[in-house]
Amino acid sequence: MGKKGLRIGAFFAIVIALGVLIAQTATDVARDTNLGLDLQGGFEVLYELQPDDGELTQEDIQSTATALNQRVNVLGVSEPAISVEGEDRIRVQLPGVEDQQTARETLGTEAELSFRDIDDNLLMTGESLQQGGSQATFNENNEPIVSLTISDGELFGEITTELAQKSYPENLLVIWLDYEEGMSFEEEAQKEDPAFMSAATVQQTLTTDASITGNFTLEETEFLADILNAGSLPVSLEEVYSNAVGASLGEQALQQTLFAGMIGVALIFLYMIGYYRFMGIIAAITLSVYIYLVMIFFNAIQGVLTLPGIAALILGVGMAVDANILTYERIKEELKDGKSVKSAYIAGSRRALGTIIDANITTIIAAAVMFYFGTSAVQGFAVMLIVSILTSFITAVWGARLLLGLWVNSRALNRKYWLFGVKGRDVRGL
Amino acid sequence: MFVDFNMANKNIDLIKHRKKYFGLSIIIVLIGAILLSTVGLNLGIDFESGTRVDVASSETLTEEEVADHFIQAGGYEPDDITLAGDNNEQASARFIGAMPQEDVTAIQSYFIDEFGEEPSVSTVSPQIGRELAQNAIIATLIAAFGIVIYVAFRFEFLYGVAAVVALLYDAFFVLTMFSIFQLEVNIPFIAAILTVVGYSINDTIVTFDRIRENMKKQDEIKGFDHLAKVVNDSLLQTLTRSINTVLTVLFAAVAIWLLGSSAIMSFAFAIVIGLIAGTYSSLFLAAQLWLVMKHRSLERQKNKPVEAEEY
Repeated sequence: MGKKGLRIGAFFAIVIALGVLIAQTATDVARDTNLGLDLQGGFEVLYELQPDDGELTQEDIQSTATALNQRVNVLGVSEPAISVEGEDRIRVQLPGVEDQQTARETLGTEAELSFRDIDDNLLMTGESLQQGGSQATFNENNEPIVSLTISDGELFGEITTELAQKSYPENLLVIWLDYEEGMSFEEEAQKEDPAFMSAATVQQTLTTDASITGNFTLEETEFLADILNAGSLPVSLEEVYSNAVGASLGEQALQQTLFAGMIGVALIFLYMIGYYRFMGIIAAITLSVYIYLVMIFFNAIQGVLTLPGIAALILGVGMAVDANILTYERIKEELKDGKSVKSAYIAGSRRALGTIIDANITTIIAAAVMFYFGTSAVQGFAVMLIVSILTSFITAVWGARLLLGLWVNSRALNRKYWLFGVKGRDVRGL
Repeated sequence: MFVDFNMANKNIDLIKHRKKYFGLSIIIVLIGAILLSTVGLNLGIDFESGTRVDVASSETLTEEEVADHFIQAGGYEPDDITLAGDNNEQASARFIGAMPQEDVTAIQSYFIDEFGEEPSVSTVSPQIGRELAQNAIIATLIAAFGIVIYVAFRFEFLYGVAAVVALLYDAFFVLTMFSIFQLEVNIPFIAAILTVVGYSINDTIVTFDRIRENMKKQDEIKGFDHLAKVVNDSLLQTLTRSINTVLTVLFAAVAIWLLGSSAIMSFAFAIVIGLIAGTYSSLFLAAQLWLVMKHRSLERQKNKPVEAEEY
């Protein structure tokens, strides 16, 4: 066989090994990819924190984030993302959440319970509730209620003793959720659907046990108990941005864009092979490996694939192709200059490298700026672009050189100009 | 069949008409400036406070039907309705101004009952929209600045200036096209503009790299024509690469534009026109601009000693 056969054999061994590897693991790689909201449906909301006393401490932000996290756990979302943005914002992303309306309500409510008399004077706040002491249950009439455990029994005892001495309606204990300045029991009591949670007469001194009764369904009491257990938010939240994507719309977007991407990549392959012949085949092989590697790296850094991310991946193919084109054009030029296949390959690769590095570093600068200043969707794009460019150095520069080098060094390509897409009569001195 | 865009040995003068290219570019910038200050951009809700509701049905929809549905959902009147999908089975309705949470919930439950699929709803407050737009502009300027520094460091200051003029032109061109067609400008659009910026600089650098290489081969630049020949030769030598690269990337971008999800259509379209503008600007704007600036700086250097004698 000799050296010639050995090198060509090595080429086919590498290509077959890569092919088997990709075929075996491609589905796993695809399954491991985290999909963004826009591709699998879900709910995203950006809150602005508005402290009641005007000053927002780092502690406020942290405890709000923690409280939101507990509420997300209540919702049972598998991969939530809660991140603090800027100085006073928190972004919550719930990919794949099915009931978006409940999610919104669960997150947004301040869950600040307050106990008031009928003149709306504050008697006790939710801070006196025992953590995790709320439970959805039923009263003697089998109506759903929420039972509460009060940690400060002394205070509650005083309040109830005082109320019990009064007569109806002054002995009513009104429980509000998220009471706002200006709300009044007198007005709300006239309404069909009052804003307070419950108003019960107090006939005896109570210490640690209280309950919220009213016209509730079981779901409502369960929701309320969960919210109270998750803890109230230390500050008010204002929704400044929200984005909800229906699951089927997301899936449709994913399928359409993937299909479009495949068509685009197929066209690139055909064009490269048509124009650069043998080198085009090498380009198609390295590009396939490139797409596979980008997905592996992207998963490894736990990137989230968004629609712009898919676009970045496919456009990254363009960047990788450019690296191939730059090298091949140089090789063709050298061949036309009358150099041998081997020295054309060496000189062409070397000369193209400087250009490739300069061109890609400038693009990385742009992508890095995008990552730093962008929001989630743009960041997903920037991360994918950076990963793509770095990977293209491995495949389009190093990988293509390795594969082409095996053939060039085997001397099997010597003087076969048509394999490079070069016309014999264009070659100087031939 | 041999496809070959090899222009290196053909007698094409890309430099001769440079004043026409400059004129054309200036006219386009002027048209853009007028359009952007009068008609403006069709800002999506990402940049303007508002609410967008995307619904999908199993049947073909018309704008009237969708408007009716919103009225039935609780008397909502969208400010704008656009249809999408192969058979117009998707619709997106825009409301100016942020929508209270209760209304969003009401609309969601209505469409779940009617169409059996959960609609997508996004709302943005005016402040966030302004910040996003601001950040995007700052990002582009910082990226441009970073690129000038890198290019000035690796090449020469004048290359950096010419490259940035070209990339700003490209970004402006895309904005102008979006103003003409009144396409929606949203967050992915920013990513598209930044990609265009990245590609434009990529393309320009490849050309400049060749000019730099050919400049090194010259012992002395004898006048404008000599310099122009170096630039012209460099452009022709890199022309095949420029055409092939832009074609391959266009394959991908056009495929996403025509076949991809409607959510990403304007994004892909921005990239398609940006790519074309980027190729034009690196061939006809950046290199030519560098030629004129380089010639002036060479003249100045030549004249310096003369001036010194006069004084």
